[in-house]
Amino acid sequence: MFPLLLDGVGFARAGNAILHDVHLRITEGSCTVILGPNGAGKSVLMRVMHGLLAPTSGRVRWGDLAAPPSSQAMLFQRPVMLRRSVLGNVAYGLVVRGVPRREARRRALDVLEAVGLRHLAERPARVLSGGEQQRVALARAATLRPRILFLDEPTASVDPAAMRSIEAGIAALHGAGTTVVMVTHHLGQARRLAQDILFLDNGRVSECTPAPEFFQQPRSRAAADFLKEELP
Amino acid sequence: MDTLSASFHAAVALLLHGDDHLYGIVALSLRVSFIAVVLAAAFALPAGALLAVGRFRGRRTLTVLLNGFMGLPAVVVGLTVYLLLSRAGPLGSFGLLFTPTAMSIAQALLVFPLLAALSRQVVEDAWSEYAEQLRSLGASNLQAAWTLIADTRWSLSTVLLAGFGRAIAEVGAVMIVGGNIDGVTRVMTTAIALETSKGDLPLALGLGLVLLALVLLVNALAHGVRIWAAGGPR
Ligand SMILES: Nc1ncnc2c1ncn2[C@@H]1O[C@H](COP(=O)(O)OP(=O)(O)OP(=O)(O)O)[C@@H](O)[C@H]1O
Ligand SMILES: [Mg+2]
Repeated sequence: MFPLLLDGVGFARAGNAILHDVHLRITEGSCTVILGPNGAGKSVLMRVMHGLLAPTSGRVRWGDLAAPPSSQAMLFQRPVMLRRSVLGNVAYGLVVRGVPRREARRRALDVLEAVGLRHLAERPARVLSGGEQQRVALARAATLRPRILFLDEPTASVDPAAMRSIEAGIAALHGAGTTVVMVTHHLGQARRLAQDILFLDNGRVSECTPAPEFFQQPRSRAAADFLKEELP
Repeated sequence: MDTLSASFHAAVALLLHGDDHLYGIVALSLRVSFIAVVLAAAFALPAGALLAVGRFRGRRTLTVLLNGFMGLPAVVVGLTVYLLLSRAGPLGSFGLLFTPTAMSIAQALLVFPLLAALSRQVVEDAWSEYAEQLRSLGASNLQAAWTLIADTRWSLSTVLLAGFGRAIAEVGAVMIVGGNIDGVTRVMTTAIALETSKGDLPLALGLGLVLLALVLLVNALAHGVRIWAAGGPR
C-alpha cells in the first residue's frame, strides 16, 4: 500500500478552493509532521489522505492498490466518543472488523493498560474530560494496529504529563513500524518527532523538507515567517 | 352544566370504586397499543436509521412519503386493514378481523410512518456528528445505523412514547377493524364514542378522564426522559 502518493490533489467546497495542487509522497515507516497556520487546510488534507473526503481534482494513490486500504486509522482534532464505556469505545473498531467481542475487549483492555488508562475502562466515555477523551481516542486508533496512523493535533488539550505520555506512545508506534502523519502546533513536538516537515499555507504545500534542515533554515518564505512567530 | 358536573361526580365514583368493566377496557387499550408500538418499532427504527445513513436511490422520495404519511387518517388505515383481513380479503383466512390482534396491526400501521420519520430525524442529527468517526473506525453503513440507534436510545424512547400516545388516543382504526365488541375489542376510545351516543355520560367521562391522564402521563414521561438524558451523557 506504500508509498502513499498525492498527485495534484485539489479540494473545493461550495466554490471555495481549500487545497490547491498538492503533490506529496509518504513512504513506509516515515514520520511526517504537517505544520501551518490555522485554516491552512491541514485537517482537510488529512481527511483526503485518510479517504474521508474525495479530492475534487488530482488523485490519491496507495501503492498499486485499487482502493484505500483498511489498515489505517485517524485521531480527529475533535474525536467523537460513542455513548458507551471507554472499553466499549476502544474495542469498537475491532468489533466492526469482525473480531469476536470477548477477544476485542481483551485486546482493548491490553492497550488501555499499556497507555495507563486502565482505570477509566468502565467509565462512560462521554463524561471524560477533553484531554482524557483525546487519549482514549488515541488508544482506540492504536488498538487497530494500523500500518498508517493520521493524528490531527493529538496533544491539543492535554496536560504536560499526558503530552509526554502521548508523545512516547506515538514514538513507540513509529518505532514499531507504523507510518505516522501528524498535525501539530507545538514546534517542540515537531522537533522531537518529525522526520519530515510538510508546510501548508493557504491550501498549498510551501515545502516538504527533512525536519533538521527545516528548523535550521526553511526553504519557503511562509515557513520562515511562521517559525519567527514562536515565543521563546 | 348540571349534566356535566353530575356525570363528573359519577365518573370519579366509578374510578374510585374500581369498576371491573371499566378497568377491563383500560387494560385492553393499553395492551393493544403497547403491542402495536412494539410491532411498529421493530420495523420503523431500523427503517428510519437506514434512511438516515443510507445512500441509495429513492431515499429522498421515501423520506418525503414518510413525512407525509405521519398524519395518516386513522379511518383510512382501518379501512385498509379491514379489507385485507375481511373474509374475502387476501389475509382473510387467518380470521383476525374483530380481534385485538387486528387492532394492534391497524395501530402499528398507523404509527409506523410517525416512528420511522421521527427516528430518521433523530438518527440523522447524530449521524452528522458521528459520520467521519464511524467511517474512520471502519463501520459499514449497516453497522453505523445500528451504532446510531444504540447511541440515540434516549431520544428514540421519547419517539416511542409519542407513537404510543398517538396509538392509544386513536379511534377510527380500532373501531373499524375491532368492531367495538363488548368484552372483546372494546377499548377506551371506542367505548367513549359508544357510551356518549347512548347517553351514558358518566362511563364515557370516566374513560375520558383515564385516557386524558394516560396521555398526559406518557407526555410527562417523554419529557422526563429528555431531561434525564440531557443531564449527562448516558
Ligand atoms: N466541510 C467543509 N466545508 C467547507 N469549508 C470547509 C470544510 N472543512 C474545512 N473547511 C474550510 O477549509 C479551511 C481549512 O480548514 P482546516 O480544518 O483544514 O484547517 P486547519 O489547517 O486544520 O486549521 P486548524 O489549525 O485551525 O485546525 C478553513 O477555512 C475551513 O473553513
Ligand atoms: Mg485542523
